[in-house]
Amino acid sequence: MGMPPVVSKPAEVALHRGYQEVVVQFLTELADDELTLGHRDSEWLGLAPDIEGDIAFSSIAQDEVGHAAFCFDRIAELTGQEADVLAFARPATERRNARLLERENGDWAETIVRHYLYDTFDRLRLQALVESSYRPLAEGAVKMLREEYYHRLHMQTVLARLGRGGEARERVERALYALADEVGSLFAGSLQDTRLTELGILTASWEDIASAWCEQVAAELEDWGLPVPAGLRAVRPAEDGRTVHGAALQRLLSEMAEVYSADPLATW
Amino acid sequence: MTEAVKPEDEAKLEEFMARIERGEKIEATDWMPDEYRRILLKFIQMHGVSEIMGAYPEKEWVPKAPTLRRKLGLMSKVQDEVGHGQLLLRVAEELGAPLGVTRESLITDIFHGRTKFHNVFHMESPTWADAGVIGWLVDGAAIIAQTALLDTSYAPYGRVLKRICAEESFHMQHGESIILALAEGTKEQRQMLQDAVNRWWESLYFFFGPPTISRSAELMMKYRIREKTNEQLRQKFLSRYVPRVHSLGLTLPDKNLHYDEATQTWSYTQPDWERWGRMVRENSGPKSQERIALRRQAHEGQRWVREAMVDSPHRAAV
Repeated sequence: MGMPPVVSKPAEVALHRGYQEVVVQFLTELADDELTLGHRDSEWLGLAPDIEGDIAFSSIAQDEVGHAAFCFDRIAELTGQEADVLAFARPATERRNARLLERENGDWAETIVRHYLYDTFDRLRLQALVESSYRPLAEGAVKMLREEYYHRLHMQTVLARLGRGGEARERVERALYALADEVGSLFAGSLQDTRLTELGILTASWEDIASAWCEQVAAELEDWGLPVPAGLRAVRPAEDGRTVHGAALQRLLSEMAEVYSADPLATW
Repeated sequence: MTEAVKPEDEAKLEEFMARIERGEKIEATDWMPDEYRRILLKFIQMHGVSEIMGAYPEKEWVPKAPTLRRKLGLMSKVQDEVGHGQLLLRVAEELGAPLGVTRESLITDIFHGRTKFHNVFHMESPTWADAGVIGWLVDGAAIIAQTALLDTSYAPYGRVLKRICAEESFHMQHGESIILALAEGTKEQRQMLQDAVNRWWESLYFFFGPPTISRSAELMMKYRIREKTNEQLRQKFLSRYVPRVHSLGLTLPDKNLHYDEATQTWSYTQPDWERWGRMVRENSGPKSQERIALRRQAHEGQRWVREAMVDSPHRAAV
C-alpha cells in the first residue's frame, strides 16, 4: 500500500476502497466509549462527595456526551443513519464501547481510577488522530484534546490526593486491581485492524499507544506512591473487549432508551 | 428581641435602619443586627438547599433523556441548579460565620431536619413530561420569586441572584422546548404532558407560600430583604402562565380558576395550606425521605473523600 489518502469530506470516502467500513467502525468505538462513560459520569449528578466536585464531574460528563454526539454526527453523514437512532436504538450486541467503561461506577475511588485510565488512553488515541487522513475527525480531535486535557488533570489531582493514605488509599488500591483485568478491552476492536493505520485514519499502531499508556500510567502511579498491578505494566488486548458485553451494559441501555423506545418515531 | 440593647448597639441599629430605608445595600463585612443576620441566613440557606435538593427530581431523567441533545441539555441544567446551590451556600457560609455556621452544618441541617426546602422538590416526577414541566413551570415560578429578590438589601445575595436569574431563564426555555415537543407530538405525548401539568399545578400554588403575612415575612419586608408578598408573586405567576398553558390546548385542574375583572386578580381554589406546610416542615412528601437519604449518603457516605482531599501531605505524614 502506498501513501495513505487524504479524505477531506464525507463524500470522498467512497473513492477509497475499504475506507468507509474502517472509519465507521472506528467512529462507532469512539462514540460508544464516550457515550457509555459520559452516561456513567452523569449518574453521579447530585451524589458526588461535595458540591464543587458534583459541578466539575457534570462538566466532564457533558464533554464526554458531547464528544459522542460529534462522532455519531460524523457516522450519520457517512451512512445516512440518524445520530439519535445510533445512540439509542442499537442493541448491546452492536455496541463497540470498551467493556471497562460499561461497569457500574463503584465508589468514588473506582470512578476516578477508571476515568484516569481511560483519559490517559483517550488522550493518546486523540493525539494519533490530529493528523488523521479523515479530516473531519482530525478537526474534532483537536477540539476534544483541549477538553480531555482538563479531564486528565482533574483525575490526576484527585487520584494523587486519594492515594496519600487511609481509607481513600485502600479504596484506590482495590480499584486499581479490580480494573486492571479490564483495561485490555480498551485496545480491542479497530486498534487491532492494521487497515486503520494503513489508511492513515489513526497515525499510531496499537502497540505504540499501549506502550506509551503503560509507561505513563506506571510512572504516574509510582509518583503517587501507588502500586502498579501487572495488568497495567504490560497490557494485552482483550479480543472480545468491544464485542462481548455484560449485564451492566444491558441495564444501562434499557434505562437510556426507556423514553426513546416508548415511541422511536416520535419527536422528543 | 426583648433583650437589653447596649446603647452603642442602639445607635448602630438606628444607623443600619437608616441605611436600609435609604435603599443602601449591606455587605458581609458591615455591621448588622443579629436579627437581620439570622433571618437572612435562614432564608438563603433554604434557597440554597432547595437548589441542591431540586437537582434530584430532574436528575432522575438524565439517564433516560430521549435524545443526545436533551441529555446534554438536562445535564447542563441540573449542573446549573447544583451550581446555584453552591453560590448560595457560599453566601450563607460567609454570613453565618460569626454564628459558627459552616458548609458542614449547612448540609447536615438537611438530613437533621433543621432546614427546609421548597415543596415542589418533595414531589414525584414519574414521567419525561415532568422533567419538562419542572423546567417550564417550576423554574418559571422560581424566576418570578427570584427576580422579586434582585433588589434585596443584602448585596452578596443580590449579586448571586443576578446570575441565578439569568441562568433560570435558560432553564425555562429548556423546559419549554421539551413541553412544546410533547404538545405537538403524538396523542400519548400530549396526554403525558397534560398529566404532568395536572400533577404539578396545586404544588405551584403552594410554592409561593400562604397569602397570610407571617412574622418572618414581615421582618423581611422591614429589612427590605424582600418587598413583594407571596400573593403578589402568585398572581404574577398566574397572569403569565395560565394563558400560556391554555394556548397549548392544555387544561388546568382547577375549576375555580378565573380572572376576576372587578378585583383584577386571579381566583383559585386554595390549596390545603396546612397539609402542604406540614409536608415541608416534616419532610413527609412522597419523595422527601428518599431524596434526603441520597443527600445524606453523598455527604456522610463519602466523608472519606473530602477528608483525603483536604488533608495536607504534611499532616498525613505525621
